[in-house]
Amino acid sequence: MGAPAAARALPILGETRAVLAHSTAATAEPMGFFTDTTVCIGCKACEVACKEWNQLPARGDGGAHLQMSGLSYDNTLRLDGTTWRHVKFIEQFPEPYNGRWLMMSDVCKHCVQAPCLEVCPTGAIIRTEFDTVVIQSDTCNGCRDCIAACPFGVIDINHVSGTAQKCTLCYDRTSVGLEPACSKACPTDSIQFGPIAELQQRAQRRVDQLQAQGESKAQLYGADRNGPLGGLNAFFLLVDEPEAYGLPREPKMPTRNLAPSSMLSALGAVVMTVIGALTLRARRLVAVAKEKAQ
Amino acid sequence: MTPLACGLWPLASALQGVPSDTFFTEPPHFRWLIILYFFVGGVSGGALLVSSLLRLFGAPEDRAFIRLGVYLSFIGMVVSAILLILDLGVPLRFWHMLIQNNTGAPMFKWWSPMSVGAWGLLVFGFFSGLATLRVLRDDRRLSWSTLEFLHRAPISNFSAIGGILGGLFLAGYTGVLLSVSNRPIWADSSWIGLLFLLSGISTSVAALLLIARWQGLIVASTEERLQRFDRIALTLELVVLVIFVVSLGSVARAFFNASGVLLLLGVVGVGILMPLRMERGSASPRENVATVSILVLFGGLALRVVVLLGSEQVHVAGAQVFR
Repeated sequence: MGAPAAARALPILGETRAVLAHSTAATAEPMGFFTDTTVCIGCKACEVACKEWNQLPARGDGGAHLQMSGLSYDNTLRLDGTTWRHVKFIEQFPEPYNGRWLMMSDVCKHCVQAPCLEVCPTGAIIRTEFDTVVIQSDTCNGCRDCIAACPFGVIDINHVSGTAQKCTLCYDRTSVGLEPACSKACPTDSIQFGPIAELQQRAQRRVDQLQAQGESKAQLYGADRNGPLGGLNAFFLLVDEPEAYGLPREPKMPTRNLAPSSMLSALGAVVMTVIGALTLRARRLVAVAKEKAQ
Repeated sequence: MTPLACGLWPLASALQGVPSDTFFTEPPHFRWLIILYFFVGGVSGGALLVSSLLRLFGAPEDRAFIRLGVYLSFIGMVVSAILLILDLGVPLRFWHMLIQNNTGAPMFKWWSPMSVGAWGLLVFGFFSGLATLRVLRDDRRLSWSTLEFLHRAPISNFSAIGGILGGLFLAGYTGVLLSVSNRPIWADSSWIGLLFLLSGISTSVAALLLIARWQGLIVASTEERLQRFDRIALTLELVVLVIFVVSLGSVARAFFNASGVLLLLGVVGVGILMPLRMERGSASPRENVATVSILVLFGGLALRVVVLLGSEQVHVAGAQVFR
């Protein structure tokens, strides 16, 4: 996939907040997804629409021999470089005839403070005017640092291009006023696209409605702008703990470890230099003493 | 494969404890090329550190080991660069690490260890190159008279101090790179950088001693000093390794498999305790130099295998986490 022209025009900055300030000041309001998992029926129309619009290859040999997971009725299993939408089937069956399926259409969260963007050493990952996060395929060199940094396991290598890839929130569609392919295809409106502020209000009303109906665990994941990563531009309505959906409770920035790890290494470096110098200096003193004795 | 979290989340969590948030991520496929780079880079960095220390603080008879260390660091640097480039998804775009491909401006992020590492390797290469030119001149393999300036005190000291700093950086930054992520084990401890630094120093000294023996180069006094330095590095490495595992807390469960066995037997047993024991148990530590060096090198490689593959094997499938 080529890099969106407007996105490429943005300056390459690592500091998420700086880019956010730049982008929002210059352009439109933040856009994103609200995914109401309670109305998802697991049809995977979003997965197919995403693959079709973005011209992503099917898994395996293209369908002649379907790959079955053997773990679930869900055979996609995970997001990767060629699967940018994935409907998770959470099969909660403590007994054979007593249980439930939870469905969740997973996608890149387009974090407000994006870990992938923060660590990317080539500047390939940028923030667009919609506050979404896009990987420029013509800049990425496939170092995979972003894969390790993503707290949601969203990014992976596309083995066709050799670069890291993920959902672009259909930048090519949104930049001309169209809705992303996945939300357009969703038959139950489980995936809703729009301005974040509007989606948040809609999501909160839905949570209130579910809780009034007795669904006490109904909660929003990633909607809080004061929460982890400054909030997510693709946020979710869940009816169980985040871990049940394979989501981290408190996603974090990778640079939280930069200072302590660097400090410890620097301290060790100083100590080892002193130890090394002392060891060899002692040797030199002996040599000098010998020379003097001679 | 054991499901750690699944639809039966409350049961799983009660049995196994709530996993770190790092368990919900995907592995970056840092496999053998990266493992080899971390190992070779550690040896290369440590070799330049040791040879620079010997140049600044050593005696005249250390010259042969200085030469060996410089060559080892330079060859290691070249091999490291090749391994890193080959590991990229698009190897011909390696320069995107240093130059912005769309503006031509320098590409540098001080808060991204991989970005700093790319520049660090370049700087290390510069100092390693300077040291190599000087050694080649000393060996009369290069007769350019213009290289005489490398022997002048300010340049010589600048080169040696740069070698110390560059060597320490290359040996240690790889662990910091791993910690600045969201992967299990790597992001759950801040001690990997220090651990890799100490391991880089111990393996580089072992490599120097081994190659020296292989070449029939025996300078008893230098060997003894280096062995003492190596014993200190190994002892500190063992202490930091214990702290590292303890600091992982419940995440240390990721080592309850083959990688844990390799950690215990390969890294601690064969790579640290056996060499320390062999040196103390023999009449003269110099008796077993080659064997001890091989064991230390094996332990250093095993450490990187354990740390990288121990995390790589944890992955998500559906809503389940496998390890």
